[in-house]
Amino acid sequence: MTAFAVLIRRDLRLGLRQGVDALVVVLFFLVAGALFPFAIGPEPERLSHLAGGVALAMAALAALLSLDRLYQTDFEDGSFDQIMLSGLPLELVAVAKAVAHWLLTGLPLLVAAPVLALMLRLPAAGQGPLLLSLALSTPILSLLGGLGAALTLGARRGGVLLTFLVLPLYVPALVLGAAGLDGSLTGAGGTPHWLILGGLDIAALALCPWATAAALREANA
Amino acid sequence: MPLFQGDDLACRRGEALIFEAVDFALEPGEALWLAGPNGSGKSSLLRLMAGLLKPIAGRITWDGREIGKDAEAHRARLRYLGHLDAVKAHLSVTENLLFWAEYWGLAPNAAGPALSRLGLAHLKDAPARQLSAGQRRRLGLARLALGPVALWLLDEPSAALDAAGVDLLATLIDECRAQGGIVVYSSHDTLPVADAHKLTLAPLSLDIGIA
Repeated sequence: MTAFAVLIRRDLRLGLRQGVDALVVVLFFLVAGALFPFAIGPEPERLSHLAGGVALAMAALAALLSLDRLYQTDFEDGSFDQIMLSGLPLELVAVAKAVAHWLLTGLPLLVAAPVLALMLRLPAAGQGPLLLSLALSTPILSLLGGLGAALTLGARRGGVLLTFLVLPLYVPALVLGAAGLDGSLTGAGGTPHWLILGGLDIAALALCPWATAAALREANA
Repeated sequence: MPLFQGDDLACRRGEALIFEAVDFALEPGEALWLAGPNGSGKSSLLRLMAGLLKPIAGRITWDGREIGKDAEAHRARLRYLGHLDAVKAHLSVTENLLFWAEYWGLAPNAAGPALSRLGLAHLKDAPARQLSAGQRRRLGLARLALGPVALWLLDEPSAALDAAGVDLLATLIDECRAQGGIVVYSSHDTLPVADAHKLTLAPLSLDIGIA
């Protein structure tokens, strides 16, 4: 197995062994989303109108939950020096970390999204488009989030700083995801939005690892 | 020309100059003991040698080539033991060592013998969070026993080790040197390592620019 896959497997094992990570993300997503019917009232009309946007926004917040520890624990226990002292370029380390983060947060959110959508009375026709919007936007959350985590390494109250740094960067992914879902529900079609979102995925995959690696080098110097 | 050489090295952490005008020159099979009080830059020098830090002046060469220009080859030829053990509490002892073996592309079946060598065989399935500080250190040292490399950089390797552990460490160092490896270690105590060169780092006065 390559160093890249070995690193992902270790992060998954650590995430699942600690048990809470994936579960906390899903529970937060469902519980926070379930507050909306209480706050805005149970009328199906109004709820179904908001359902998709609520699900996407809650996904962005849920993805933040485990981000601050993405690199922090490896820095604190000395693992990061050993990770750097290998043949795996730091850029690929950043990709591996983002992939592990997505598998531990993005993927569970995709599984939980239909449940939240039901609670929020999203029309059945919207389930598929919501999943597509989430599938296309969550990789951006993990890649940009990894960059934020690397930039705030070692900062005091890094977790708070990370939130302020990363949430504004999530806006384009949210806007396009919601527009895609809306387009497909109103009959205008969501494809153009999803295509742009897919382009953003590719751009994030191409650019974020470089910036993340630069931030990590700086943090470990 | 010596195999592993540093010339006129200076290192800065943040605003503070840690040391300057440090030289070393090592041939295969030689050992270097870094001594000096806390804050004199022993750890920083080891990180320079590993390529984890860049010197602000001077150069470090391996076989005449600057290590920064040949970073990947340099990383492949060294093992670095920091003052932290890089042990994950939620993995078992074997999983911890096996991860590094696989991550560095070494033979996974070297992990078992390495654990036995460090006296951790009976703990191989235990979660690492149950280890004592000395046992964690041994698990860190087990990475050295995964396979021969040309350069060991050890930051306070004897910290938290019992007497038997220190003897074992000295034996491992001897074996590495017998195979032509270079060992650089920092320590406050004298380790039982035969004819090691000694480099004493002195702390720079902290009032530069004020007095």
